[in-house]
Amino acid sequence: MTSLTGLTMAAALDGLAKKEFSSAELTAAYVKAMEQARHLNAYVTETPDQALAMAQASDARRAKGEAGAMDGVPLGVKDLYCTKGVLTTAGSHILDGFTPTYESTVTQKLWDAGAVMLGKTNLDEFAMGSANITSYYGKVESPWRKAGDNRPLVPGGSSGGSAAAVAAHAAIAATGTDTGGSIRQPAAYTGIVGLKPTYGRCSRWGIIAYASSLDQAGPMTRDVTDAAIMMGVMAGFDAKDSTSVDIAVPDYRAALEGSVKGLRVGIPKEYRVEGMPAEIEQQWQQGIEWLKAAGMEPVEVSLPHTQHALATYYIIAPAEASSNLARYDGVRYGLRVEGDSLDKLYENSRAAGFGAEVKLRVLIGTYVLSAGYYDAYYLKAQKIRTLIAEDFRKAYEQCDVILTPTSPSAAFAIGEKMDDPVAMYMQDVFTVPANLAGIPGLAVPAGLSADGLPLGLQVLGKAFDEETVLKVGRVIEKAAAFSARPSFLAGE
Amino acid sequence: MSGLLIEGSTGTWEVVIGLEVHAQVTSNAKLFSGASAEYGAEPNSQVSLVDAAMPGMLPVINKVCVDQAIKTGLGLNAVINRTSVFARKNYFYADLPQGYQISQYEKPIVGEGVVLVDLPDGSTKEVGIERLHLEQDAGKSLHDQHPTRSYIDLNRSGVALMEIVSRPDLRSGDEAAAYLTKLRAILRYLGTCDGNMEEGSMRCDANVSVRKAGDPLGTRCEIKNVNSIRFVKQAIEYEARRQVELIEEGGTINQETRLFDSRQGVTRSMRSKEHAHDYRYFPDPDLLPLVLTEERIETIRQSLPELPDAKKQRFMEAYGLSAYDAGVLVAEQETSGFYEQVVTASGDAKLAANWVITELFGQLNAAGKSIGDSPVSAEALGKMIGLIKDGTISGRIAKDVFAEMVASGKDAEIIIEEKGLRQVSDTGAIEKVIDDVIAANQDKVAEYKSGKDKLFGFFVGQVMKASQGKANPGMVNDLLKAKLG
Repeated sequence: MTSLTGLTMAAALDGLAKKEFSSAELTAAYVKAMEQARHLNAYVTETPDQALAMAQASDARRAKGEAGAMDGVPLGVKDLYCTKGVLTTAGSHILDGFTPTYESTVTQKLWDAGAVMLGKTNLDEFAMGSANITSYYGKVESPWRKAGDNRPLVPGGSSGGSAAAVAAHAAIAATGTDTGGSIRQPAAYTGIVGLKPTYGRCSRWGIIAYASSLDQAGPMTRDVTDAAIMMGVMAGFDAKDSTSVDIAVPDYRAALEGSVKGLRVGIPKEYRVEGMPAEIEQQWQQGIEWLKAAGMEPVEVSLPHTQHALATYYIIAPAEASSNLARYDGVRYGLRVEGDSLDKLYENSRAAGFGAEVKLRVLIGTYVLSAGYYDAYYLKAQKIRTLIAEDFRKAYEQCDVILTPTSPSAAFAIGEKMDDPVAMYMQDVFTVPANLAGIPGLAVPAGLSADGLPLGLQVLGKAFDEETVLKVGRVIEKAAAFSARPSFLAGE
Repeated sequence: MSGLLIEGSTGTWEVVIGLEVHAQVTSNAKLFSGASAEYGAEPNSQVSLVDAAMPGMLPVINKVCVDQAIKTGLGLNAVINRTSVFARKNYFYADLPQGYQISQYEKPIVGEGVVLVDLPDGSTKEVGIERLHLEQDAGKSLHDQHPTRSYIDLNRSGVALMEIVSRPDLRSGDEAAAYLTKLRAILRYLGTCDGNMEEGSMRCDANVSVRKAGDPLGTRCEIKNVNSIRFVKQAIEYEARRQVELIEEGGTINQETRLFDSRQGVTRSMRSKEHAHDYRYFPDPDLLPLVLTEERIETIRQSLPELPDAKKQRFMEAYGLSAYDAGVLVAEQETSGFYEQVVTASGDAKLAANWVITELFGQLNAAGKSIGDSPVSAEALGKMIGLIKDGTISGRIAKDVFAEMVASGKDAEIIIEEKGLRQVSDTGAIEKVIDDVIAANQDKVAEYKSGKDKLFGFFVGQVMKASQGKANPGMVNDLLKAKLG
């Protein structure tokens, strides 16, 4: 029998339902796994006592026949979600000692469904980064290694702690947030499944904002079925988030059973970017073949404004961030570095509290919103954003989903691409357009690179059509039969 | 013409004024949070997680505040924009927890409108409204609680304000005061702002510039946060003279923000340690554009009360009042309501107007009371006027009766009974008094008969005096004329 930590969420729920083991046992195994995986630095805060107490409560519910959809399942929570009574850092020094008195809507839904919190997972500071190297609480390591190379690799970012924890079996699943690829890119780097839902599908209330018009919560899981289960719990309208949308939450798991026969898969010609490694291209081609074999029809589509997506993103996201992060001023909570005037207090607190990447983006954002530059940068970026959304709308007249690589390369070593922010930003080139258009995207592990590292495929869908995205993702998953495991696995 | 013209050494100057009024929306909760918006609570006792800008908090628009803004827009005869957008105005200050104020910038909820202003000389003037937008108030900084620290009260943080911007149509402090008075009356009629300037629920910024007649607009200075109508007038008059003197001495006006010192009656430049602000406005990504349906606007339109201008017109037409009297009576909704009750109870609109404006207001002003605290109810005043009409008492006696009503709170009829003030309209009784007066003043009778007509008043006075004012004055006149031939 597989160890408890080797089970997927679906399998664990099955075992719990059949009383093969208790949540207390399952959770204890994960608490141990979390300890074993500490060298990855995947967690900022471990909450073992809370986890075991929640597990016992879960077992009691199950005994009474009142188990919820995720009852007894131990999760990692990205440390961008505010959790009541538990330190919440956003990976930043400036939130030193900040313990919310409130619980984010999405995590509350998870607890209401019976899930168990193992701890808060590490992330790039304020979710700004693609390698999880900007956290005040240190870099996160991927549990993967290149074949014949022992250098530590990045797990991707910004949800790198969540990705590393799930990939290393230090959590059954974890929550992530995705602003430009922060769920999908680390999922691809670590060989797990990550879903960025449609903007408005999950509540943003209680999730620390990076770029409000792009941020979206989503699940990071071992497989597509687990993503469907968790998505069903996380999704839903929230009156406390004006941008959340009041549409009924479908049964995503049931949707996986449906046929994909006759569905059209769009292949955007603009995604064949210059310098893309051949193995990425081959993986993509392979994906198309798998979907064809399942009865889907490939169609070439055009997303003509793709080349401007990254630039657009790096104007809009920093602009919103520069304003969203203004509240971290040393006055009411978090780090305060005194000064002899109010301005000095701000300067000292923010200089000490924010890391270099955050400062860079706040400066960019402040610049693009400034008088005299607003029209040339921010306003123009908003116009291009509209064109990008329009590209997708037109493409979806010809197809039901779109297939692309998740990332232009496999994971790289910690320390690489550090001196060139643009090379780093390039990691998001395939994921950013979905955020700008507000559409859902799913990263599914599909194969290995020549170095033995996971490569992912991305399924993009129509707004609020996560069902089809998951269904197609499941087809890829089955065809790929991805069974490679990282060089480190906790609990083995 | 109520424009202020300043005679300078180089010629005549005209003053140009535009006002920005911040009116606190009457609502239970704040603009984007459920916290109470009530005034006067313990510091920091009405602060939600949103108002304190805790991480991950999101604004949700309060529909009541939006309805109030629509209502105000309709009351100002203004365009209601079907789509408006909330924007962030970014700046750092300790009483601004978010580091930005949510306001409306390029697309306000209300566009152009017009207010008909009643000027002191009885004329009216149209003043253009440029826009009305919704925005959050900031918290309050208390700098006088500690020698080196400032205290912050966030109760006001997030309270809904309407910023109402006039066109630069005003030409004097008097006009500005008249505009504010009218605007305040409209807001109070609508119930969208209580207009209480002392509690800060209505604050005014005045943009003032001067120019020679016919010249383009001069450089303006903004006088911030003036908190009474009287001070607005004083501040404008001071500022206009300051600008004229400065220009005529060869100086130039810098566009700047100034504060009014009400003790010394002067404006002063705000210490400019504050940097030239670039507010970096951009649409708030946490809020969708505010889209209003026709039904919503129509429903609110149907609920509008009769506003001062319409009521004034009706009072003039239905009650035959002068424009001045009607204007006085409609200035406050409560007064107009009181007046109409007096009309109903008395059956005489003109007498009712005279009594409310002259006698009642006189008493209230002397006692420093408002109409809501009137010691005499509308019903009681109306009945008393009815007693004048039916001849029970004379107009002169009525003044004594009214004074007694104010003092004792008793009804007019009871006072009249108790003091025996009922008017004498019995011909025989009056004739007897007249006969007595004639008998006692034979010399005057002779003079009168020889042509000294003016003495008629003397006889009337003597008769009234002898009857202790109770004789019916009309009958005294008629009977005296008959007796004196």
